[in-house]
Amino acid sequence: MSTVELPLPRSYLEEGFGLRSWLLTHDHKRIGVLYGLGITFFFFLGGLAAALIRWELVTPAGDLLSAETYNKAFTFHGVVMVWFFLIPSIPSTLGNFLLPLMIGARDVAFPRLNLFSWYLYMVGGIFTLACLLLGGVDTGWTFYTPFSTMFSNSHVLMAVVGVFIVGFSSIFTGLNFIVTIHTLRAPGMTWMRLPLFVWAMYAVALVMVLATPVLAMTLSLIGLERLFGVGIFDPALGGDPVLFQHFFWFYSHPAVYIMILPAMGLVSELITHGARRRIFGYKFMVYAIIGIAVVGFLVWGHHMFVAGQSMYASIVFSILSFIIAVPSAIKVFNWTATLYKGDISFDAPMLYALGFVGLFMLGGLTGLFLAATALDVNLTDTYFVVAHFHYIMVGGAVMAYLGGIHYWWPKITGRMYSEAWARFAAILMFFGFNLTFFPQYILGVEGMPRRYHEYLPQFQVWNVLSSAGATILGVAYLLPLLYLAWSLRHGARAGPNPWDATGLEWQTASPPPPHNFDVTPTVTEGPYAYRR
Amino acid sequence: MNARTHPVPEQFDDPVQQREAATLGMWAFLATEILFFGVLFAGYTLCRVRFPEAFAEASRHTDMLLGTIETAVLLTSSCAVALSVREVQLGGRRLATALLGVTALLGISFLVMHGFEYYAEYQEGLIPSIHYTQQGVYAHGMAIFYCLYYFITGFHSIHVTIGVVLMGVMGWRTWHGAFDQDYHTPLELTALYWHLVDIVWIFVYPVIYLVGRAG
Repeated sequence: MSTVELPLPRSYLEEGFGLRSWLLTHDHKRIGVLYGLGITFFFFLGGLAAALIRWELVTPAGDLLSAETYNKAFTFHGVVMVWFFLIPSIPSTLGNFLLPLMIGARDVAFPRLNLFSWYLYMVGGIFTLACLLLGGVDTGWTFYTPFSTMFSNSHVLMAVVGVFIVGFSSIFTGLNFIVTIHTLRAPGMTWMRLPLFVWAMYAVALVMVLATPVLAMTLSLIGLERLFGVGIFDPALGGDPVLFQHFFWFYSHPAVYIMILPAMGLVSELITHGARRRIFGYKFMVYAIIGIAVVGFLVWGHHMFVAGQSMYASIVFSILSFIIAVPSAIKVFNWTATLYKGDISFDAPMLYALGFVGLFMLGGLTGLFLAATALDVNLTDTYFVVAHFHYIMVGGAVMAYLGGIHYWWPKITGRMYSEAWARFAAILMFFGFNLTFFPQYILGVEGMPRRYHEYLPQFQVWNVLSSAGATILGVAYLLPLLYLAWSLRHGARAGPNPWDATGLEWQTASPPPPHNFDVTPTVTEGPYAYRR
Repeated sequence: MNARTHPVPEQFDDPVQQREAATLGMWAFLATEILFFGVLFAGYTLCRVRFPEAFAEASRHTDMLLGTIETAVLLTSSCAVALSVREVQLGGRRLATALLGVTALLGISFLVMHGFEYYAEYQEGLIPSIHYTQQGVYAHGMAIFYCLYYFITGFHSIHVTIGVVLMGVMGWRTWHGAFDQDYHTPLELTALYWHLVDIVWIFVYPVIYLVGRAG
């Protein structure tokens, strides 16, 4: 046998340097990076809209933005943040990058479909931007009928087409993940050995595949109704506008779990690493993930307690909404139990993860207030609701996303970021976030309604605090952009496993070679095999 | 059997794994299709509960004879594509191609018949917002029925059109020997898709054409 000189495996980043090599790539890692660039752009765009909203609300008078412009600002903020940032954030970037690595596969099952879904995302984004340039849309991200179909004079159709297209991107990503997890696991990677992040991706893929078609069809109905002036939501014909709300929330409530389930999976990875312990109650964590995904389909009616839904329906939806808090609570308890007697390090990913647990808990508990039918009548359409879902989506999902970006940054780029800056940004973000949104709970309880550009003078103190917090939060979000970009060139080189973490993704080079593993790994034990 | 084996894409270990993945992917896609149509059927159900008489009246304006022939045509086409898959599994090529051609032609004739139906409805003034001349107590409820009718059958016809194109592509590939006993996954999955389109129609037919015709 003659020895053959094997060339050193090139990383996926060195596989080609031209624009073409990126735009026509089938590599899940490159597609993950492309998604990362896209969602970062939309995150800051949506953030600008949020800045306008908070700026307007510094004073009680509606002086900076007209009522109409204000409506367009919060609609744009909602549409961009929900469909172009939160929903694709963790699944499409980190999920795309990590899922095949974590199960020991060479790629996802359908790489071309994966690239196609990124293009759909971008085309949907272009429609949404075009809608903004043409003058925006003022219906709120929920597109409630009959305002969206009959009365709004803004570019509803354009926005609806944008969201419709991006919906298909999510369906294809979900489909790809389901098939990948079912068929491409490495030898020995049994279902009960999957990292919790993979379980979360599986659950979220199921929700994406089963819920998004309902949104797409409902938006088509809106579009046709707007074009032709008649349709099944048309009250003039005796149609039912509340039917639209049912269809919309049948997608959009599970969509909340599309945002938070990946965050839950991701945080399980960060906490086990940060505490250097096995996850407490692995099987319970898995069942909780699946439980949330399933029950998440059955709670949509709690958005319609005041929309004229039958009292008995409301009672059932209320009970189910309380029930879904149980698996969420199981997860919080298990994360806490994982910390117990752990060897805890407070590095940046862990700070984000701990921040997530605290903020998610506050967001989840206030969700129970809103699930109670009697209390909800009082709180519907106040800032309490705004604060509640921002605690879940910003305090929860965004914190987890950024924690994940930090944790896997060495794997993605092969470089270490500045730990001191990263810790500073994480802590600043935590305080900025609470200063922004905690006052909104108080505003809501005091009765300030959402979606108005002016308010009574007695609410000003809390609004000024909230806007001040938003400024801090804005700075905290800009910091990672700067120091992470800096690290690309100047960061220390990371070895294959800079965290000394378990998991298949850390067993290959950083950044990984194009086909992930030189030899397909064989798995012999469950995840999180830390010392204790 | 076949030396000219189909190359397996790099993410798969072997053809078996590839076949499993493709099949599961198709089933997941069909699940999304059920939800797409499910919205329309849910909307239909709710509106029918609100306007039972108007829906029965509107249904009596549809062309039951054409609708029934269309149903027979689609069911026959599904049979043809199933036989074609069987033929490929047994190693045949000419008959398989011919059966795919029959499927495509039946699909096209379905679309043509539907076109005639739409045209007759246009003349009768049954198309809301474009040409709608119905009067009387049921006019509003019937308009809702016809909105749903055009959404459902229009969306279904888009699926039939895509199916016809796919049948053409599969016929072309079968004729050129792309499939044999060992490898015919694309053909099988196309047939699966066609069956779904067919099954959806089995639900469309009674709710559109037969409602209100009892007694």
